[in-house]
Amino acid sequence: MSFIKIKFDKKIVLSFWIILIALIIAAPTLLPVFRLNLLGRYLSLSIVALGVDLIWGYTGLLSLGQGIFFALGGYCAAMYLQITSSSEFPNNIPEFFALYGVEKLPFFWEPFRSPVFTFLAIWIIPGMVAGLIGFLVFRNRIKGVYFSILTQASLLVFFNFFNGQQKLINGTNGLKTDVTQLFGQMVGSESMQRIFFWITAILVIAAWFFAKWVVKGRFGNILIGIRDDEPRVRFTGYNPVIFKTIIFSIAGGLAGISGALYTVQSGIVSPQFMTVPFSIEMVIWVAVGGRGTLLGAILGAVFINYAKSLVSEALPASWMFIQGGLFILVVTALPEGVLGWIQGDGPRNLLQRFGLKRKIETYPSLEVNNKEGNNE
Amino acid sequence: MELLLDSLFNGVAIGSVLLVAALGLAIVFGLMGVINLAHGELMMLGAYTTYVTQLIFKLPILKPFYNSYIIVSIFLAFIVSGVVGILLEKTIIRKLYGSPLETLLATWGVSLILQQFVRSVPLAYGTGLVISLLIGLFLPTTFPSKIKESINFKYFKFSSWIFAALTGVMTGGVISSSVSKLSRASARNVDVTAPSWMRGQVEIIGTAFPKTRLMIILITLISVIAITLFLNQSAWGMRIRAVTQNRQMSDCLGISTEKVDIITFGIGSGLAGVAGVAVSLLGSVGPNVGGNYIVGCFMVVVLGGVGNLLGTVLASFGIGIMTDLIGAGRLLSIWPDMPLPLSNTINFFATTSMARVMIFALIVIFLQFKPTGLFPQKGRMVEN
Repeated sequence: MSFIKIKFDKKIVLSFWIILIALIIAAPTLLPVFRLNLLGRYLSLSIVALGVDLIWGYTGLLSLGQGIFFALGGYCAAMYLQITSSSEFPNNIPEFFALYGVEKLPFFWEPFRSPVFTFLAIWIIPGMVAGLIGFLVFRNRIKGVYFSILTQASLLVFFNFFNGQQKLINGTNGLKTDVTQLFGQMVGSESMQRIFFWITAILVIAAWFFAKWVVKGRFGNILIGIRDDEPRVRFTGYNPVIFKTIIFSIAGGLAGISGALYTVQSGIVSPQFMTVPFSIEMVIWVAVGGRGTLLGAILGAVFINYAKSLVSEALPASWMFIQGGLFILVVTALPEGVLGWIQGDGPRNLLQRFGLKRKIETYPSLEVNNKEGNNE
Repeated sequence: MELLLDSLFNGVAIGSVLLVAALGLAIVFGLMGVINLAHGELMMLGAYTTYVTQLIFKLPILKPFYNSYIIVSIFLAFIVSGVVGILLEKTIIRKLYGSPLETLLATWGVSLILQQFVRSVPLAYGTGLVISLLIGLFLPTTFPSKIKESINFKYFKFSSWIFAALTGVMTGGVISSSVSKLSRASARNVDVTAPSWMRGQVEIIGTAFPKTRLMIILITLISVIAITLFLNQSAWGMRIRAVTQNRQMSDCLGISTEKVDIITFGIGSGLAGVAGVAVSLLGSVGPNVGGNYIVGCFMVVVLGGVGNLLGTVLASFGIGIMTDLIGAGRLLSIWPDMPLPLSNTINFFATTSMARVMIFALIVIFLQFKPTGLFPQKGRMVEN
């Protein structure tokens, strides 16, 4: 899987960034509040998609359980907000505890009184949980579909656990954040949402650069090596377990950040974030955008979700058909995803089919190798 | 004693639903290494087939045979799910051979489409579609070999598809005009009522067992015996086992792996349909009914090991009995005066959802010691 890199002029890259930043700053004035909020949510989902791309697109691990880490991040953020704005409720604890007769904050929520701890917890806790699950699974050389199934089972474990524990985390109802206060401001208010949008946009770009940095260099090469031929990586003297655990926990941390941002913008976190379909959807965003291309993951997440909301508004019943068809189509016809197709041989093959471009005389692999050689 | 028997029976009942559902999955997974996420939806189709059969048997012509509809529906469900499975194999899964993760995603897409299909298409026309698929796929294979080998065979094939489509539309129309419940699409759950001879309970050694549960155990038993006989005694069974063990070598020795794939996938999907009949006896049937079982089935397959029916049987009964022991808090009633911290823990897990948490956690721990399940396949490959 070698992509032909398209080299852009420095001026074009610079102007692209200027336009992008201008758009981000101007977005709250251009878009109505409802659409802005949606865009913010989808941007936050693109961070979890980046994580999926790192583990699936680069390392070849198809996790169907990213929802766990997504929801954990969301719960951390929501609980902090609930606790800080609970001063008017009895016992100074969030309101829902009173419904179940709980009088004291459960001990593991105590540290969430501190904002610093929470900001660390949002990405460290999901990252650690992912690292633990990953280590236990990878240590036994469980891989391929077994890994996917086990992550899905873990997802169900967490879902059932969170769903059943009313006294600790309000069970099925989840934690609401839109009426809580952060630094004296209502989280659900328009001005706060605007700030959250900007934070999300900045973090998406930061996460993108971070992911780019991760896949660059030797670490990234080993990840790709694991994807393409794991036994060979092992025989060469590397321990794939360590690399897989690290990348899985990085993806978990990204999912946690994404979940927290999504929660504050959608106003609630609930065990619904840990349902099976949602986690599989994350994979399809990456698959459509182009796995192994980081930008593809971001664009896939944003565009598919936008399409989903537009289609669901117009024809509610048809989205399932479209989504199902998209799964099948991408997997059978566009295995590299849209961006991968554009960067690869896709457009050229299409032009050739209509006779608009001369067929390659040599073997395609030679052609590709030559181009790569020229680039370096 | 009575308590133990009761617990054992409940466990076996839960386990047998899992077993009949996981059986097809295990065979397909063992043969092709394919995880079929649409398996739950094939079960759902089986359950809906039971519902449709029940309504059709309420028509005046078939009324005298109403009590036997459940037996008929087992065969029909096998055929319906099997046909859909074969279509799935022919159109999608075959193209993705050798890339299991992609297959997993594609079958998930199929499952979404099937779910929405039963929601937004009237069941009568759904039945018509299945009938036309059945005719279209199988009519060409019944032609005499003279026609099959002729150059014009594709025209024969084409005309048989047209015939199939017409028959399908006509059956759909007839069913929808005679059974009003099937003529409109509905997303609501439907209920299958067991025939009178299956209601009530049977008393064995002083304990009452519900008859539907016994029926499910019976269905499971027959399916397991039938599939074991098929795999071990018939020629195609032998081919399937050969391909499961070594695909390339079987191919070299003249076994048509393509045909083996179709047959295996058809049987596996058909078994999902049979499982659907069992599921429809347990509760109401809805588009999401398969989703409740699918992960449990995967756990059975992972725990049992690939390509081994005994492993599948043991794993599903093991999971069933454990679910009952933990979920109903039976350990407490067996040993009432256990120390407080232990009993608190057991109470904590004594709900259906928390029992699931416990079972999955136990399975993950078990896989730490035996990563390839109870009965791993022997081999000398680096990748196993």
